[in-house]
Amino acid sequence: MKKTGKMLAALAVGLLTSTAAMAGDVRIMWYSDGVEGEVLKDLLDRFMKENPGINVILDNVSYSVVKEQLPVQLEAGNGPDIARVTNLKAQSQHWLDLRPLVADAAYWDENFGGQADWMRPDGSNQISGFMTQITIAGGFANKTLFDQAGVAIPGKDATWDDWAKAAKQVAENQQVPFPMALDRSGHRLSGPNLAYGGNYIGADGKPAPLDDGSKNFLKTFVGWVADGTMSKDVWVSAAGSTYRAAADDFINGQLVYYYSGSWQVPNFSTKIGTNFDWVATGSPCGPSNCTGMTGGAGLVAVKYTENPKEVAKVMDYLASEPIVKEFSERTLFLPAHKGVLAKELDFRTDDPQAKAALNGFVEASKSLSDEARKLPGWLWSDAVYGALVTRVSQAAAGEMTVDEAFTRIDSDIATKVKDSGN
Amino acid sequence: MVPVRLLMGAVDAPLRFVQRRLGIGGMATFFLLPNMLIFGIFVLLPFFINFAYSMTGGTALFLPDRSFVGGDQYARLFDCVNYTNPNSCAEDTFWTAVGNTAWFVVLQVTLMILFSLVTALILNRDLMARSFWRAVFFFPVLLSPVVVGLIWKWILQRQGLLNFGLYSLGLEPHTWLNDRNWSFAATVGVSIWAHMGFYTLILLAGLQAIPKDLYEAAEMDGTRPARAFWRITLPLLMPNLLVVIVLVLIRAVQIFDEIYVLTGGGPGTSTLYITQYIYETGFATQLRNPGLAAAASILMGAVLVVLTLVQLGLGRKGEKKGARK
Repeated sequence: MKKTGKMLAALAVGLLTSTAAMAGDVRIMWYSDGVEGEVLKDLLDRFMKENPGINVILDNVSYSVVKEQLPVQLEAGNGPDIARVTNLKAQSQHWLDLRPLVADAAYWDENFGGQADWMRPDGSNQISGFMTQITIAGGFANKTLFDQAGVAIPGKDATWDDWAKAAKQVAENQQVPFPMALDRSGHRLSGPNLAYGGNYIGADGKPAPLDDGSKNFLKTFVGWVADGTMSKDVWVSAAGSTYRAAADDFINGQLVYYYSGSWQVPNFSTKIGTNFDWVATGSPCGPSNCTGMTGGAGLVAVKYTENPKEVAKVMDYLASEPIVKEFSERTLFLPAHKGVLAKELDFRTDDPQAKAALNGFVEASKSLSDEARKLPGWLWSDAVYGALVTRVSQAAAGEMTVDEAFTRIDSDIATKVKDSGN
Repeated sequence: MVPVRLLMGAVDAPLRFVQRRLGIGGMATFFLLPNMLIFGIFVLLPFFINFAYSMTGGTALFLPDRSFVGGDQYARLFDCVNYTNPNSCAEDTFWTAVGNTAWFVVLQVTLMILFSLVTALILNRDLMARSFWRAVFFFPVLLSPVVVGLIWKWILQRQGLLNFGLYSLGLEPHTWLNDRNWSFAATVGVSIWAHMGFYTLILLAGLQAIPKDLYEAAEMDGTRPARAFWRITLPLLMPNLLVVIVLVLIRAVQIFDEIYVLTGGGPGTSTLYITQYIYETGFATQLRNPGLAAAASILMGAVLVVLTLVQLGLGRKGEKKGARK
């Protein structure tokens, strides 16, 4: 009986340890918008050849897994060792402080310090990870449609109204269903809101009620959806805060002007090819400024890892200047690395439109407003974005008036703040 | 034969031992125990945990980290000036979802029963290639709800198959999924298409169990087919019909997956049903509220319990009536 008990205990211990991480294993949860998963795999294979003691496992997942399942894993004290995440600030309590673990913390501060606050708890100097890409929201115009319609593409300082007028003219002339489209996303709505003078952050650092700037653009936006200037399909196609993009309409030549962001460049380069000419236009101007929104995806270390030293080694490798440069050039992503940005990037594409677009977005990053730079590191960004999408789409669908939507947005955000106990 | 005997012998000894300890009366409990354990772990325990969640507040995921708020989540759901006007409620999307679900249930259940019954009656006749037609109606049941949603999205979207067909015929295309009424109709239609085969099968089995000589006797008495349907078919099919009604009703209240893929709850919130509201409140939003989602799911569960009890009551009443006859 004693022997059987010992055997059972050994079996139980064996079973338990078989599910735990092996020493030297580093698991990365990664999602892809384009080819970056393949590029990363190639880079990691090289890393493992140079570091045979570390086994990096790349789990390619969909973005919804990162958005919906990773938070649950983190709350349970589990999850991968490293993850590629967009909601960085709100989950910052789960990230590992790499400062004592990386080879040269000063290198990280120097090159990634600009975005370090986006992914660490307020008031700390933690190094949580680095941005794999910086994204800049901005517009794309179907140049072929403009040329065929004989309408000049609005210039650098053109306003949202100028673009709406021109896009409508082109759509009517070319019999295209959608003059304009803006992704169903609070982040995307926020660019023009700020350009119209909006500011979400109150004096106490918590969300402020919607101001006149944001209200003015949102009223205009809902009016555009109602009169067909802005694609209704994208905004009424779901309930809640579900994300919807209009990229396919643009790729299919059904859309004259598309407001999205720099991450679409590789997608358009691959899928549009030589079907038509397109240009990146930066963000249209509002009464206050011509800002878009910035953001992006960060690679962060998770504090529940059992192999922090190995994790730091992988992070050091991926954040090194030559690797960041190669990753950005092959994926056509804008890098966050200060040193890489200071030098010239040779984006590896034969598509001159893609190269021009990327340079255009680098240029557009210079006209970002202070508010736009603050929002990615602000704890309440997602609460505001979610409320904006939910209620503006209800107003766009005719379920409530714009003023009712404004009241609901304010009360939704206030409830979220109250629910969080802050 | 030998292995069976060996097996019986192996089982016999421990069972005799248990019977000696528990007595014959206790054996029923013993045999039910595994099922009760599974029910307890996977149904009862989650129910009590869910109920506990509904009494807590905050955004933390784990119960011990959450603060006790009593009935606040329920009070928030019921904080309404006028229940028929969701805009007057604190949780307006909850009441919109409740209203949408109620309409969906009324329409979908009625039409599902009607179509399943008619299809079963047709398939019960001596049709040419009857097995083929039965397979045709049953095939959608085998599809995953996500596949069902995607197929119909490809058909109904702006540049989908239906509009292509209309355009080819020189007719004006329509944005079906952006139109509140069409979108709602689409959710009802698609859910009927996807599940009708299963209910048809249950009714078909019921129809085939009705003795043929009853119809022959009625025919000899000169009974018209319509009268035979009301007087013979429907009463004898009633037990199967009751099962179908309950299953359709429960499934309709719980509708989620194919509709989430097809319309995402849109346009606006016109096809937002209660399960999607619970999912989005509890899981999909960045600042999730598991307490509110749990409270809404407890309320939905209560509605389902009431509906099931009503069905059981009706079923027992029917059985007693049948026994008296």
